Amino acid sequence: MQLKCTINGTHYEENIAPDTMLLDFLRTKGFFSVKQGCDTANCGLCTVWLDGRPVLSCSVLAARSQGAALTTIEGVEKKAAAFGEFMAAQGADQCGFCSPGLVMNILAMEKELKNPTPDQIRHYLAGNLCRCSGYAGQMRAIEAYLKSKTPAGKGGKNEIR
Amino acid sequence: MKYVNKGIPKQDAMALVTGKPVYTDDLAPENCLIVKVLRSPHAFAKITDIQPSEALELPGVACILTHKDVPDKRFTMAGQSYPEPSPYDRRILDQWVRYVGDPVAIVAAGTEKQADQAMKTIKVDYEILEPVLDPDTAEGHPSVIHPEDNYHVNFDIGNKIKKNVCSSGKFSHGDVDAAFNEAEVMVDEVYRTCANSQAMMETFRTFSYLDHTGRLTLVASTQVPFHVRAIAARALDIPRQKIRVIKPRIGGGFGAKQTLVAELFPAIVTLKTGKPAKMIFTRRECFIGSTSRHAMKIRVRLGADKEGNILGIHMDTTSNTGAYGEHGPTTVGLSGHKTMPLYNKARAIKFTYNVVYTNTMSAGAFRGYGATQGTFAMESAMDELARKLSMDPLELRLKNLVKEGEIMPGYYGEKLNACTLDQCIAHGKELIGWDEKYPCQKISETRVRALGAAITMQGSGIPNIDTASVEIRLQDDGFYTLMIGAADMGTGCDTILSQMAAEVLTCDLSRIIVSQVDTDHSPYDTGSYASATTFLTGMSVVKACRDLIGKMTKAAAQKLSMDPGDLKFDGQAIFADSRAITLKDLARQLAVGQGSCLSATATTSQPVSPPPFMAGFAEIELDLETGKVFVLDYVGVVDCGTPINPNLARIQTEGGIVQGIGMALFEKITYNSTGKMMNSSFMQYKIPSRLDIGDIRVAFKSSYEPTGPFGAKSIGEVVINTPAPAIANAIENACSLRLRTLPITPEDILTGIHEK
Amino acid sequence: MFDLKEFCKVQSLGQADNLLHQDKKNVILGGLLWMRMGNRQYHTGIDLSGLGLDRIEDKGDRIDIGAMACLRQLETSSLLKNNFGPVIRDAVSPIVGVQFRNLATVGGTVFSRFSFSDLITALLVLDTQVRLHRGGRVPLADFLESSPGRDILVSLSIPKQEIKTSYQSFRKTATDFPVLAAALSRDDSGWKIAMGARPSRAKPAPETAKLLPVNPNADQIDAACAAIVRELGFGSDQRGGKTYREHLAKILVKRGIQDICS
Repeated sequence: MQLKCTINGTHYEENIAPDTMLLDFLRTKGFFSVKQGCDTANCGLCTVWLDGRPVLSCSVLAARSQGAALTTIEGVEKKAAAFGEFMAAQGADQCGFCSPGLVMNILAMEKELKNPTPDQIRHYLAGNLCRCSGYAGQMRAIEAYLKSKTPAGKGGKNEIR
Repeated sequence: MKYVNKGIPKQDAMALVTGKPVYTDDLAPENCLIVKVLRSPHAFAKITDIQPSEALELPGVACILTHKDVPDKRFTMAGQSYPEPSPYDRRILDQWVRYVGDPVAIVAAGTEKQADQAMKTIKVDYEILEPVLDPDTAEGHPSVIHPEDNYHVNFDIGNKIKKNVCSSGKFSHGDVDAAFNEAEVMVDEVYRTCANSQAMMETFRTFSYLDHTGRLTLVASTQVPFHVRAIAARALDIPRQKIRVIKPRIGGGFGAKQTLVAELFPAIVTLKTGKPAKMIFTRRECFIGSTSRHAMKIRVRLGADKEGNILGIHMDTTSNTGAYGEHGPTTVGLSGHKTMPLYNKARAIKFTYNVVYTNTMSAGAFRGYGATQGTFAMESAMDELARKLSMDPLELRLKNLVKEGEIMPGYYGEKLNACTLDQCIAHGKELIGWDEKYPCQKISETRVRALGAAITMQGSGIPNIDTASVEIRLQDDGFYTLMIGAADMGTGCDTILSQMAAEVLTCDLSRIIVSQVDTDHSPYDTGSYASATTFLTGMSVVKACRDLIGKMTKAAAQKLSMDPGDLKFDGQAIFADSRAITLKDLARQLAVGQGSCLSATATTSQPVSPPPFMAGFAEIELDLETGKVFVLDYVGVVDCGTPINPNLARIQTEGGIVQGIGMALFEKITYNSTGKMMNSSFMQYKIPSRLDIGDIRVAFKSSYEPTGPFGAKSIGEVVINTPAPAIANAIENACSLRLRTLPITPEDILTGIHEK
Repeated sequence: MFDLKEFCKVQSLGQADNLLHQDKKNVILGGLLWMRMGNRQYHTGIDLSGLGLDRIEDKGDRIDIGAMACLRQLETSSLLKNNFGPVIRDAVSPIVGVQFRNLATVGGTVFSRFSFSDLITALLVLDTQVRLHRGGRVPLADFLESSPGRDILVSLSIPKQEIKTSYQSFRKTATDFPVLAAALSRDDSGWKIAMGARPSRAKPAPETAKLLPVNPNADQIDAACAAIVRELGFGSDQRGGKTYREHLAKILVKRGIQDICS
């Protein structure tokens, strides 16, 4: 079948098998940031945005993005890098395999939640598993990042607690 | 120091957080054959007939291989230095299948669907044999798991293969029976740990191709590129020089990738077809078709006098190595040798062990490597002893603790040069609020909070065996390339090694370029395991850089017509009072005409393995109505010698603690009565999510290790060992229930409370 | 992974119904989270996303939830919270993660009658009705007891009323399936209690609920807890044993009652 969609703002018209999953479709188009970490929709590594909402691309039929706008981390590289500096400052980017999915969900969270508490942050990101870092360094990075974007915290240094 | 002991961001950080295509599957050629394996549905069987002919007719199928198509040679999949202690008990495909999931046939096709379709049509007849599923009855079981004629061990490991014993042995120092006779208080208990999955986020994967000279190239997500080359050569029965192994960025390992898993299948497909081939494990395959932590049953006997002086320790470990012997003979030793030495005051120690085969998935390497299991047993037993003595458990430990300067008979006779464990304990006590909160506080009628603690040690490399070489080259502009064979699996060793290089060479960190690991180009390194990289590879970096400075000074001396002894090097230039040459000028001149491009190589192996230490403290909240335990706060204080990169050291500790919490409370590989794994997905095998843990606080009390680079020891493994016993100890403090089997579930606790 | 020969985004429920009955291997596509774990071979996947069934709507005397509304919408809906208290939000918010809940549909969850379903447990204490394309309006409890025919779940209806609710679940890890789930509500007509993941499918416990006055005292709460074990069956599975579930049932019911009465 014919699939027409945009990926990171670029228009695509592709012939796909109806049972192609979005994860595989995106990777065959060269968006290698999208990773597969499990078979049961539990790990969050494959998170992309479908019309701006974070979804698990391993469980979405590519056909369901007919006419939709898809976003991978390649499409929000500047924003990802801006947040990424905070992760790098913590050393929390260990093997990096969970990073793209996590960053996509963090950026989605930033749009959806205003001034989230630590518990709200943890809850929003609960579906993003990590085996390397123990989550604490990611949390420090997120809190420093969000603080740097508040009027009070603007221009604040990216420091280690 | 400018770079060492600084929290420098990892060199690959920005690439990883912006999703750059730097992992194995991102680099694989588009036209790779897709390789899959058909797996045994039986725990123990012999293949009497296998018919791939129908499958070969299907569209897109390039080849199908059975045990008849692979060399008869046996080998071990364990990444270890030769002669490997692990038995040679594997074939690429065997006529026997020894666990549910054991590969039966290799299929290569154009697409995944075609491969799946082909697998459905392969006909296999099995003679089903009675499986050995219980490690307690494995020894001497009528079913012999390895009956083959060409089973091989490299040297005596106490192997009794016809009795399903992979390895056995004993060690003792002093007379433990006499010590127990004198003891006024005894603890004699059995502790059980279970099989766990490393569960790194990137599954096992390899792609392979023949280069323009017909050499086999493997691009693999592995911790041990050089061992992959050696094992592949043996298994495929081709000369080692015909194989090249490249390691790109990998998505975690934790020991899982210290054993070959997905490498040989695409390799043999490429050899047979001449075509590039790729194998990507599904998550389910990671669970059922790789290697897990060894389940261990450990009996601990402790004998002490009334004052709390430990007179004797006897640890007896039975370890379940599963269907194959990878890491079986080696992990078991750590359960005793990396626990007993903590209590060096004990007059007599004894360690006995037995490693048995069973028809379940092979066990292998997982962070901690036997020390983790031993620590659960020992540190639980210590608290049980403290209770019997009515002593504070930390006071009991401090009273018997090993000290700097002591020789440790239980630790290969090594002398302890650097240890701040007593300070780790003291500092951890402060941070967790031990004096205020120990043992427990009632929060409400149904909630109790309690503290528990544990201490641990590990090693830094394998003495006299692990080897790490490094080459540093001066490039024609004055920057350096650092060639290493150590495999960064996300830990950031590339970064810390360049920190050390920049420190010695007094240059900007940006002037050090760390190469990718490629067995054609990289200097030899046993790989990233046994917590060896910082300690051994790091020392090689230091030595090579110092050597290079000497060579650069000598070359400058020639240019300046001076004596090298009169010249100084400050990173930018080589100079004396009157004359100088900048590094850039020297480098440029050396690249022209009769110059010689300078490089220096160094190799490090050590006769010692200085232990890092850690004290771990858990504050739990126990819901008495449901049995649920939540770890509110975990404090870890680490002595890893000098932390080369404090940020990365902190993250290693936090990550290890959370893995330890998973091991304590949530994770257990479970088999049904026919040997089939029941929880082979993240849906059923639950690793901690970020909602399953509370605060984690890490501090360092650094000793200075004289044999380590800049005083460093290691940190990679020690960090996982304390949570399980600390939590078990906290649970006893919360509700007077001692649980000795992992994981400790809410149901276990509630059942225990009700039975009281 | 499942096979699909064709994907059809239908223009009407009638078209969906035709396709569904044309071929036994045609299937209505929900959130796919469960379906993708199977290996079945389907012919046409029927996609309802073009039918405006993803809304949660105030219809005056009731709230309607379209079958294609996702669990995240239910979680964040102020309409549901203001009308029915926290029971629906608390039921779905522990499920895996936000990305998962952005895909899992109400229709997929309810039609599949999953035994571990938190949402079904919660809906049972709200007088929920299921609207089927062919089968019409059916009370949820009856729908759960019937055998799944080939029909399309179009929407749920929940009648508005003054109601206090509570959701209590016990999980071994925070985002895991529940070991046991309990939903409670109290309105003018009295209490409702339902328990799911027993490990079998959610079921209401009307006999137990009848024992409770508006503000039960400690003895009456204990009596209800004892009754729930008698009225509903509990069993063993990978996540817990029968005895443990029976004990947990009492705790969850007690906590739910205390929550509503506070």
